[in-house]
Amino acid sequence: MQEIPLSQILFVSTFLFFIGMYGLLTRRNLITMLMSIELMLNSVNINFVAFNKYLFPDNLDGLFFTLFIITIAAAEAAVAIAIIINLYRSHNSIDVDDANEMKY
Amino acid sequence: MNISSILFYAISALILGAGILAVTSVKIFRAAIWLLFSLIGIAALYFWMQVEFIAAIQIVVYVGGIVVLIIFSIFLTQHSGKEMNSPARSKKIFSALAALFGTAFVHNLIVHYEGFAFNSAKPFNPSVAEIGTQMLSTTSYGFILPFEVVSMLLLAAMVGCIVIAMRPANTINSEIPNSTTLVNNKD
Repeated sequence: MQEIPLSQILFVSTFLFFIGMYGLLTRRNLITMLMSIELMLNSVNINFVAFNKYLFPDNLDGLFFTLFIITIAAAEAAVAIAIIINLYRSHNSIDVDDANEMKY
Repeated sequence: MNISSILFYAISALILGAGILAVTSVKIFRAAIWLLFSLIGIAALYFWMQVEFIAAIQIVVYVGGIVVLIIFSIFLTQHSGKEMNSPARSKKIFSALAALFGTAFVHNLIVHYEGFAFNSAKPFNPSVAEIGTQMLSTTSYGFILPFEVVSMLLLAAMVGCIVIAMRPANTINSEIPNSTTLVNNKD
């Protein structure tokens, strides 16, 4: 276990975060943007667990942050999908470009 | 290069490869399946770090809950076999440049940071008993208050979801004939 230093895990979570950011910038479909946000939240969770395990193993604060982030991400995904379904009902589309009534 | 490092690199390759495919795939259903594999890889990374409880939570909540929710909403709103519009080439290039710049910046920060020092006498003990005791403890390092707050948040979110996704009551009766005519038109 100790052959893999902490920085390697941080590299993985960094790459995953910016993959999610690339998806958030390029996608125009609300469901795929939500998927990109899930990837970014997961990369943050990896960081919390890795820091807790490698640097501060005497208490479990990082694990609890991860648990609460997962809970709030679940609530956020459920609310987002309810909004998406409502938007589809009124616009017949879930592209962000089609929902521009409040833009100007 | 022992078996643990090989496992770590294999899991990382799975996470990153599936993640890249999840954000670049042009078919939305395939993107959801790649996201599923990426989340399974993250659960495997938690197993590799020996935090089994978090890994189980990851599988139950993300793989079993959120991805299934996303796939349901894809079936409700999309033609899943249809290809999505590809973004403009300039937008792709600039987004990739922004992501690459951010990656290089953070990578540079991590490489040159020297403060990662392992200094603790106590071993890491993420057992379920330890987590449960701390979660419901009211002393310092106890998490009873955020636990209760997050339970209220979940309740509020669930009620809010139902209210948002429910169609207004006065439109239900007027829309049923429309939906039947739609079905008839398709036939």
